[in-house]
Amino acid sequence: MTKKPKLHIPQPTARPGEEPDFSYLNLSEAGAVERPATDARAKSIEFLAESLVRVLDDDHVAQGPWKPDLDEDTLIEALRLMVLTRVYDDRMQRVQRQGKISFYMQALGEEAVSIGQGLAFGPEDMLFPAYRNQGLYIMRNTGLVDMMCQCLSNSRDMCKGRQMPIFYQNKENNLFTISGNLATQFPQAVGWAMGAAIKGDDHIAASWLGDGSTAEADFHYALTFASVYHAPVVLNVINNQWAISTFQGVAGGERRSFAARGLGLGIPGIRVDGNDLLAVYAVTRWAVERARSGGGPTLIELVTYRGGAHSTSDDPTRYRPRNEWAAFPLGDPVERLKQHLIKNGSWSEDRHAEMETELKTTVEAAWKEAVSYGTMTEPPFLDVRLAFEDVFEEMPEHLEKQRDKLLRIRGELP
Amino acid sequence: MSQMNMIQAIRSAHDIMLEKDPSVVAFGQDIGYFGGVFRCTDGLQQKYGEHRVIDAPIAEGGIVATAIGLGINGLRPVVEIQFADYIYPGFDQIVSELSRLRYRSAGDFFAPVTIRTPCGGGIRGGQTHSQSPEGIFTHLSGVKTVMVSNPYDAKGLLISAIESNDPVVFFEPKRIYNGPFDGDPDKPAVSWASHPKGEVPDDYYTVPLGKAEVVEEGEDLTIITYGTIVHVAQAAAKRAGVDAEIIDVRTLMPLDVDTIRDSVNKTGRAMVAHEATRFCGYGAELVATIQKECFWHLEAPISRITGWDTPYPHAFEWQYFPVQKRLADGIRKLMEVA
Repeated sequence: MTKKPKLHIPQPTARPGEEPDFSYLNLSEAGAVERPATDARAKSIEFLAESLVRVLDDDHVAQGPWKPDLDEDTLIEALRLMVLTRVYDDRMQRVQRQGKISFYMQALGEEAVSIGQGLAFGPEDMLFPAYRNQGLYIMRNTGLVDMMCQCLSNSRDMCKGRQMPIFYQNKENNLFTISGNLATQFPQAVGWAMGAAIKGDDHIAASWLGDGSTAEADFHYALTFASVYHAPVVLNVINNQWAISTFQGVAGGERRSFAARGLGLGIPGIRVDGNDLLAVYAVTRWAVERARSGGGPTLIELVTYRGGAHSTSDDPTRYRPRNEWAAFPLGDPVERLKQHLIKNGSWSEDRHAEMETELKTTVEAAWKEAVSYGTMTEPPFLDVRLAFEDVFEEMPEHLEKQRDKLLRIRGELP
Repeated sequence: MSQMNMIQAIRSAHDIMLEKDPSVVAFGQDIGYFGGVFRCTDGLQQKYGEHRVIDAPIAEGGIVATAIGLGINGLRPVVEIQFADYIYPGFDQIVSELSRLRYRSAGDFFAPVTIRTPCGGGIRGGQTHSQSPEGIFTHLSGVKTVMVSNPYDAKGLLISAIESNDPVVFFEPKRIYNGPFDGDPDKPAVSWASHPKGEVPDDYYTVPLGKAEVVEEGEDLTIITYGTIVHVAQAAAKRAGVDAEIIDVRTLMPLDVDTIRDSVNKTGRAMVAHEATRFCGYGAELVATIQKECFWHLEAPISRITGWDTPYPHAFEWQYFPVQKRLADGIRKLMEVA
C-alpha cells in the first residue's frame, strides 16, 4: 500500500459531553527551566520556546531561577488588580445581559497576563493591547468610570461613541487605542519601537494577540520587521486555547509552540505559565531588559485558558466541555497568587474576602457614576455632530454638508 | 528654478522635507542604497543616513503597519509602495487602521503617513504594473487621495502631503515620470524640458491639498480628469478643434467641487475621463457630483471615458488606454448633442 497525502483537520481533544483532556500541553516542573542572561544569544536559548517557565509550584511556593524579586506590597497590589479586573468584568458582563451595553468581553482566567506583564514595563513604554487586555487599562489608571463610559457610548465616552464597548484608549498613560481588527496592532508596535530606536529613546513597545490571530499576516509581518530592524519590542501571544469555537490547533498550535514562531527569524521565544503571575512578570521583565539594552525583540507565549465565553455573543457550552476550565492544569491565576501570599503569611482568606467586598463596592459606585453621564437609551446623549468630527484633522466641506443634512433631518437646523 | 522631470521633483520634495523636519523618514523597498526602482529617492540615504531613508522588506502590509507605528511615535513617514499594483497587502492597514485611527480614538492618536505609489499604464507593464486603483482609496473615510500630473504639482503636493496630519495616498502616474504623454502612442516620447510645469522651484513651496486646477480655460465643454489623462485631454481637445476647459482634479479626496461646478455651469457640457476601470470608478462620483451640482445647466448627457472593465491587457495596452483618438471622438460626440 503506497502512502498518499491526507488532509489533516486538527481536532480539539474534547468537545461538549466529552472529558476534558489537556495532555497535549507540554508542562515543565515549576523552577525547572533555566534562566539565561538577558543578553544570551538567541540561538543558545531556543529551549525556552518549547519548555514552560513556571515559578509557583502545586503547593504555591515560588521555585527556581525565574523567581522574581517582587516585594510583598507589589504582589498584594497585583492580586488586587487581578481581582479588580475580575469584579469589573463580572459587573460589565451583567450589565450587558441587562441590555445596558451592547457587547462585552471578559478576561476571566487570563488576568495574570495583563497584570503580570503590565508590572514589567516602564510608564513610558508604549503598549498596544488586544481586546482582552482590559487589565492593562485598569492598572495604568484609566479609571473605571471612564472605561464604563466607553462601554456605554455616553456623554463622557473617551472615543465619543465611535467604538463598540471595550475598545479603550489611554494616550496619557501610553496605551494605544484597541482595534476590532485582529493582529493589526502587532506590526504597529514594531513600528513604534523602530521609531523609538530612530529617535534614540530607550522606550520600548509591546503588543498582544491571541493564539488564533497568529495566523494573520500581520503577526508574521511583525516578527519579520522586528527581526530585521532588531526593534525594542516585546511581542506576546496569549494562548488561551480557544479562538471562539476554534481550538488553537487550527491556528497551527499542534506542531510547535507559538513561542517557537520567531526562532527561524532569530527572535527568542519564551513559553510561560500564563496563570502564574510571578512567572509572567519574570519572563516579561527579562524581555523588557533585553529590549531596553539593545537586545531586540522577544516573543512570549502565555499559556492560559479563556474561562468565559469569547464574548457576550457566543455560548461556549456549544463547542467545548462545560468543565474544561476546572480541568485546566494551570489553574486559576487569582487563586494561585492568593494561595501563594497566604502561604507566605502576607495574606489571608479574610483579608481577601474583605478586599473583594471593597472592590465590588468600588465598581458598583463607579457604575452608578458612569450611568449618570448617560447610557445608549438614557440622556445625556452624545451630540450627533461628533459623528462627523475627527475623520480628518479639519472637517472638509462635504462632511460639513452631510452633517448639516442630518441635522435638518433631525429638525435641529432650519 | 530648475527644469525637473517628475522623478527629480519628487526627490526634491523628499530632500527638502528630510532637511527641514527631523521627524520625516522615507521607507520602502529598494529606496535606500539604490534610490528606488524609479530613482525617486536617489542619493537621499547617502545624504541623510540609513535611519532616515530606510530599505524595507518585501511586505507592503508590514511596511504600512510599521509606518503607522512610526507615525504614532511622532515620526512622519513617507512610504513608497513600489507599484500601486502591490499596495493590496497593505490595504487592510490603510482601511482599518490608518484611515480611522483619529476617528476611533477621538483625535488622541493619528499617524501622519504619506503613501506614495507609481500607478497607471502605458509602459508595457501588463496587468501587474499598470493599475490605477485610486477609486478604491477615495471610497475610504479618513484618507486623502492625490494623483499628480506634472513635476510642479508633484513636488508641491508631496510636500503638502508630508506636512499633513492626515494620511495621504499619493499616486504618481509612471508613464509621465519622464515627460508628458499626449495619448498618441505612435509619437516619440517627449521630456518635461519644454513643458511649463517642468519648471520647478528648487526651494520649499506647497500646492494645497483639496484644490483642483483649471489647466486650460475654454467655453465649449469641460473635461474633468487627473494624472496622465490631463495631457491626453489637452491634445484631444486640440485634435477635435474644440475650445475645452480642462480641470486637473489633483486631489481626488476631498474633492474641489466648486471649481468643477463653476466650469460646467459655464460650458454646459462635461466629460469625465480616467485611465482606471469604469464600473464604480472615481469617474462615477464625478458624474454624480456634476449631475447634482450642474443639472439645470447641462446641455448634453455627461460623457465618461475610461479604461475598460477588464484587467490591464499586456498585448492590447493601447486598446485599453483612453488614447487621444478615443477622447477626441468622445469630445466631438459630446459637441454634436444639440
